[in-house]
Amino acid sequence: MSILVDRNTKVICQGITGQAGAFHTTQCIEYGAKFVGGTSPGKGGTKSEHGLPVFNTVAEAVSTTGADVSMVFVPPPFAADAAMEAADAGIRLVVVITEGIPALDMVKARKYLDDRGVLMIGPNCPGVITPGECKIGIMPGYIHTPPKGGNKNVGIISRSGTLTYEAVWQCSSRGISQTTCVGIGGDPVKGLNFIELLSMFEEDDDTHGMIMIGEIGGTDEENAADFVKANIKKPVAGFIAGRTAPPGKRMGHAGAIISGGEGTADGKIDAMKAAGISVAESPAQIGEAIAALI
Amino acid sequence: MKIHEYQARDLLSDAGVPVPPSSVVETVEEAVAAFKKINSTVVVKAQVFAGGRGKAGFVKLCKTADEVKDAAQFMLTNRMVSNQTGAEGIAVKKLLIADAVDIESEYYVAVVLDRAKRAPVVMVSREGGVEIEVVAEKNPDAIVKKWLDPHLGLMNFQTAQLVEALGFTDKQQAKDAAKVIRGLVKVFLDNDCSLAEINPLVRTTDGKVLAIDAKMNFDDSALFRHPNLNEMHDKSEENPAELRAKEHDLTYIALDGNIGCLVNGAGLAMATMDIIKLHGGDPANFLDVGGSVTKDGAIEAFKIILADDKVKGILVNIFGGIAKCDTIAEALIAAAREIGFKVPVVVRLEGTNVDRARELLAEANIDVLVPADDLTDAAKKVCAQVA
Repeated sequence: MSILVDRNTKVICQGITGQAGAFHTTQCIEYGAKFVGGTSPGKGGTKSEHGLPVFNTVAEAVSTTGADVSMVFVPPPFAADAAMEAADAGIRLVVVITEGIPALDMVKARKYLDDRGVLMIGPNCPGVITPGECKIGIMPGYIHTPPKGGNKNVGIISRSGTLTYEAVWQCSSRGISQTTCVGIGGDPVKGLNFIELLSMFEEDDDTHGMIMIGEIGGTDEENAADFVKANIKKPVAGFIAGRTAPPGKRMGHAGAIISGGEGTADGKIDAMKAAGISVAESPAQIGEAIAALI
Repeated sequence: MKIHEYQARDLLSDAGVPVPPSSVVETVEEAVAAFKKINSTVVVKAQVFAGGRGKAGFVKLCKTADEVKDAAQFMLTNRMVSNQTGAEGIAVKKLLIADAVDIESEYYVAVVLDRAKRAPVVMVSREGGVEIEVVAEKNPDAIVKKWLDPHLGLMNFQTAQLVEALGFTDKQQAKDAAKVIRGLVKVFLDNDCSLAEINPLVRTTDGKVLAIDAKMNFDDSALFRHPNLNEMHDKSEENPAELRAKEHDLTYIALDGNIGCLVNGAGLAMATMDIIKLHGGDPANFLDVGGSVTKDGAIEAFKIILADDKVKGILVNIFGGIAKCDTIAEALIAAAREIGFKVPVVVRLEGTNVDRARELLAEANIDVLVPADDLTDAAKKVCAQVA
């Protein structure tokens, strides 16, 4: 089992004819994801380089292909609108890869999606992968290990892209498989967060433990720690990036900033430890930390 | 992005928020002329991003033209040193000369993006004039918050609640305070702010409601739709290496240590700094080359790191995803040929095209290059190299 996406998920790419959208659609298809089409305004009726039908709108794409998930590779000024268009068209889950979307655009889009019961991953994220079944995003597929029964499968939730790959790699090299890995993104306003995903993994019978990777900025990790303490029975390991980051500086991600004393790594680590989460001291020990628990 | 106080004041004034009469000047003569125009006691304020101006002597109340002359002379010729500037301080190029009003009481009004609630929040407090973090810690009940509906914005009843929380009972003053709140929200939403703060908002002894000092931060991701803000951008207050990096689509932040870092991905770049520190070293910078990095971009990244004299060793940590290990290897080889490395370079590569990258590096045979097996090995090796 897995969460969010599996081998039957029908995916479209919004922005399928763009350079990045086309390239990563190819990569996802090669991994085995079931892509059924894409959109590119003005190019409706043509075929993409993958031989998939291209539509002008998401509504047409959904009614023709029955797609239920969308991967968004639309430039920042138009990306929030693209997510809302997908929600309006009946898409169940919108995965927004685009980096650099104005925060106030995401405030509006998130509310619009919430009102329609539509889920979002991202923005500014690597996407979601259910190893061996479905990859929607830009992560290198080959580092992941699909579960083959057994009792050593983890779910991974992370605010960072490459740090997720690091954690996946450490797990795979220790024989720990991954049910689903979700990059929730580095922006201040986003879709699915630690809490929602932790509860999905808690419900998933094949997931035996979770890894949450956070970073400085905001209070998502503190809130998740409270939630873990009250609601999660499976073991959770974690890591927080940015212990050495200076306050007031945006560390690459739009959301990675310590401001007004809020969002420090130490505050998050303390909260997570207090909730019984095993927090790795070093980014090289994330695999070890979860291995000790499951 | 940040702007200066005088620019924030202009944005507020344009949005209907009452502010005291003022001028921005760049010379002592202009300062005196501005004083004569205002024709009452003025406050002379240095226009810099760093805080701690008052304590450093860069905010002065002046009653006479001579006092203005002395204050302006001092501020324009001395570097301001405060707990926020570092020991070398910063040069002051512009001064704000503002009518010094007689203050009866001070208030706080701000709009910030509440990440957890995913909506802008208006915060007001009767305890103005001090840092809001201090109020939040000592007396959190003194701060009243109202969240904006993402699609509807500020509603009239919310404005009324906020005005009441501030304690304005006089009809005209309540009207003015409402104007301040609406104006501040307008500035926040129209300009994609991440913070818009008036501190203090004051009531004067003659019953006026005025915004005295303002601070604004903007969402860098939204600057594309605000050409007016781009014009306000004061590049002279930013670190030149950070600006240079930005021009090449790299994210670089200068730090105090001696180990240069070149990493792909913001999270991994932070984690790389953390692991260096954990093994006793000190990072000289944060540097995220990004996913779509080209060979030229990576060469530029090496140049920026090497331009920092403090750097005694470099750690390259790449987990190839979209970014390809061989691209980084090619850049490293080119940088070695073009500029030459005088410091050891510890290289840890994993992920996309790692085998090709290792071959390239082996063929190039760069003498300062130290290969590492994994992240811990890399951190230990670079710390040992600079020790």
